[in-house]
Amino acid sequence: MSTENVVLHVADVHKSFAGLHALSDIDLSVREGETHAIIGPNGAGKSTLLNVCIGRLKPDSGHVVFDGENLTGKKPHQINQLGVVRVFQTPEIFPELDLLENVMVPILAKRDGSFKLNLFKRFSSEAEVRRQAEETLVDVGLGDLGDIEAGSLSRGDKRRLELAMGLAQKPRLLLLDEPTAGMARHDTNATIDLLKRIKARGMTKVIIEHDMHVVFSLADRISVLAGGRIICQGTPEEVKGDPRVKEAYLGEEQV
Amino acid sequence: MDAILLQILNGLDKGGAYALIALGLTLVFGTLGVVNFAHGALFMIGAFCAVTLQKLLTLSTKVKDESITFFDAYKEVPILSAKFPVVGPIIVDLAVPLAILVAIPVMWIIGLVMERGLIRHFYKRAHADQILVTFGLAIIAQEVVRHYFGANPIPQLAPAVVSGSANVGSWFGLGDNVVYPWWRLIYLAFAGIIIASVFAFLQFTTFGMVVRAGMQDREMVGMLGINIQKRFATVFGIATVCAGLAGVMYTPILPPDYHMGMDFLVLSFVVVVVGGMGSLGGAVLAGFLLGILQSFASMNEVKSIIPGIDQIIIYLVAVVVLLVRPRGLMGRKGVMED
Amino acid sequence: MTRPTAMGDWILFICFSVVVLAMPFWLAPFGADYPDLMQKFAIFGIFAIGFNLLFGLTGYLSFGHAVFLGVGSYAAVWSFKLLTMNIVPAMIFGIIVSGVFAFLIGFISLRRSGIYFSILTLAFAQMSYNLAYSVLTPITNGETGLQLTLQDARSLDAMAGIEVTRSLPSTTLFGIKTSGLPGFYICAVVLIIAFFIAMRITRSPFGTMLRAIKSNQTRMSYTGFNTRPYLLWAFVISGMYAGLAGSLMAVTDPLAGAERMQWTASGEVVLMTILGGAGTLIGPFIGAVFIKYFENIFSSFNEQILHRFFDALPDGLENVLVSVTSLFVGEGWHLTLGLMFMIVVIFLPGGIMEGVRRIGKLFSRKPEKVVAKAVEASGAQS
Repeated sequence: MSTENVVLHVADVHKSFAGLHALSDIDLSVREGETHAIIGPNGAGKSTLLNVCIGRLKPDSGHVVFDGENLTGKKPHQINQLGVVRVFQTPEIFPELDLLENVMVPILAKRDGSFKLNLFKRFSSEAEVRRQAEETLVDVGLGDLGDIEAGSLSRGDKRRLELAMGLAQKPRLLLLDEPTAGMARHDTNATIDLLKRIKARGMTKVIIEHDMHVVFSLADRISVLAGGRIICQGTPEEVKGDPRVKEAYLGEEQV
Repeated sequence: MDAILLQILNGLDKGGAYALIALGLTLVFGTLGVVNFAHGALFMIGAFCAVTLQKLLTLSTKVKDESITFFDAYKEVPILSAKFPVVGPIIVDLAVPLAILVAIPVMWIIGLVMERGLIRHFYKRAHADQILVTFGLAIIAQEVVRHYFGANPIPQLAPAVVSGSANVGSWFGLGDNVVYPWWRLIYLAFAGIIIASVFAFLQFTTFGMVVRAGMQDREMVGMLGINIQKRFATVFGIATVCAGLAGVMYTPILPPDYHMGMDFLVLSFVVVVVGGMGSLGGAVLAGFLLGILQSFASMNEVKSIIPGIDQIIIYLVAVVVLLVRPRGLMGRKGVMED
Repeated sequence: MTRPTAMGDWILFICFSVVVLAMPFWLAPFGADYPDLMQKFAIFGIFAIGFNLLFGLTGYLSFGHAVFLGVGSYAAVWSFKLLTMNIVPAMIFGIIVSGVFAFLIGFISLRRSGIYFSILTLAFAQMSYNLAYSVLTPITNGETGLQLTLQDARSLDAMAGIEVTRSLPSTTLFGIKTSGLPGFYICAVVLIIAFFIAMRITRSPFGTMLRAIKSNQTRMSYTGFNTRPYLLWAFVISGMYAGLAGSLMAVTDPLAGAERMQWTASGEVVLMTILGGAGTLIGPFIGAVFIKYFENIFSSFNEQILHRFFDALPDGLENVLVSVTSLFVGEGWHLTLGLMFMIVVIFLPGGIMEGVRRIGKLFSRKPEKVVAKAVEASGAQS
């Protein structure tokens, strides 16, 4: 594997909770522009891995390097400012703000950095930011709901809004935690289409996903996590044929 | 050595009061998840139970003063003493201990009414709302008391038998210099007994087991099909009674006034925070520790080095603890750490 | 939900200014048109507006804001004593000193959130209050309170050749005496400026970030914001508002006492803010006026007035009513305050502004239309 186009490198990461090894010997490289899916049965450590990547959890040993920067020990906002954005599984939005504000806030984070004391500008007259936000909302299919309070959205729409919040920052690496969990089939398909469109823009993505339909329609490469270890890594075809994967998933899902 | 022992003793009785109030505060927070700013007011109400009882017992009547023979003179004598010349004065003398018997049912009822009528509607509300509504209630309690009892402190007397001082020094072989009021020693013992009973209750009864489990993981207990809500009222009642009794017994030490509750509330919150939010043992430990610390800080030797330290020591400790070890001395990791 | 427009804000601002400046006229029928009371409205309005910038926008409940009020008063009186009787330096001084205090207290307290933050601020307030009464007596003059004396230096005034002869000098604004009605107008103009700044802050990106922090602070840090400086600035700004209010108190009556820092005073500003409507622009001011007005009325009542009031009723009933109502008036005003606290939190968490909105809703069917539109639109998406 050539190293020059690796954006995210997870090296030898260990993490245990009260003696239980949640992650051991994790080595993972994500290349520029690819969509990398992490799959694995429940409790395999997928979410833990994602949390380590965005600084929510500190690994016991090993480190996570993004584009030459060591992410280990960095604060969440610093990691975000580097261009790593996470979309959560349970929608994390600003329920009391309207949709447009929800999307404008992350754009401002990207434009103004982690803190700016601009007391006398009008938030709503940030025309360029507003335009971008509106565009992104249209992208995810929430175009005409800009004035609605985000808390009143349905769960599926909240997830779409959160996706919009992530996309609006034009991240260099987007981490998606089960983007279609709990969505109805047609919503899932809409999300897949959306993610495919983003892929065309060359955004690097890591997706954690249960739904194999989603994984195989999006992923360039797949890492299979089981029992806190990566048991197999490769293109969808390689992974499909790997006997260890079948074993790990035995009785859980059809691969 | 004498001075140190004396300061420790001084700290312990104050610490006993802190521990008793903080125990209830942290119990309510740990099980019910409610921040009760009216808890200090409950302490104050307890103290005024004693005042009320004393007032009732000493309701006076005019009787002829036989000692004056030139003319008909009258003097005020408590009805009780006039009616029962032998038992009467003894009962009056025992007003404060008797007030405990009165305070238990009174505080229990107040606790139940408060929980059923108000607090339970606030389980799901934000902590800020809980603080505000109980703060309002505390003001009301305080003002009602002021309306009926006035703004001045009302001194209460400990029973005559124990109104003197004990020669504590000689118990420890330190000579006769360390003497200490009996009542304060009794207070300390009393606080110890109450704390021990609460712990025993939580430790050895099924009810207590459920409550402790609830403090660990409320949702889990709920999922097991145990109606924890039903038990909340009892827990709240226990906390109320603890605070009330702490108040009753404290009256001979500190003449109660209407705003004593608020003074103690802030301190008790500090105690809870230092001990660890939701940790019963922590609250008791921190209560005594801070009491002792405060009494050392008010020694003249200390004050001459750091002026004003006695005024702020407790808050200072709280600030340091919150910053360095937010879960407190004995709080569990991960509980309310941010 | 309709987004506030720049035009709408200007209209609001102009209306606010007119209402404030016209107070002496429209308050007359309520018997509240005397300068002392109107000054209080303005001063506590500033206090509450500033408090709202912290509590209303970020949701961080400070229980120690009265410290900054007290600090502002002390700073202003010291300015009168040492520099000049002109109120401008006093106000500037008050704002700066309280800002420094707010920075220090905020820097430490904001390392925690939720109830811990409330308790920390309360602990700092108690510390300051205790210190003001004890070791800091040389600065605060302890229980007597800080007052002007004939021996004060007043170096700037002395340089300008203003001599103090027999009586204590009074505060001025470049020669205009600040007592009475002019005093009210000074406070009113400061209030209007303070309101304008608060409005701009609320509508600014900074203000939006504060609201986002209140809504979901964790999300803010994952969105790339360092929330701590935002909160600290909000805390400092609201502390400066309190300092300004405190210095205006000294302007209208050059005296400062530690009781201004007591936590009951902190509680009062919390009540003003939630009573009016936390997070709204004019709510805190309405709350302040409401409370100060009723404080004025209620605390002036006594039993004789009550007896006169219930005179028409039969004697027995009269006595019962008088004894019940006397609980709430005069000295018992605080009881009414506590009761109001509870009623607002229980029944009207959004305060008076929320009440107005609810009443407004009864008369228009617009809100339902918005929801219908939302449902329709989201239906069209899927």
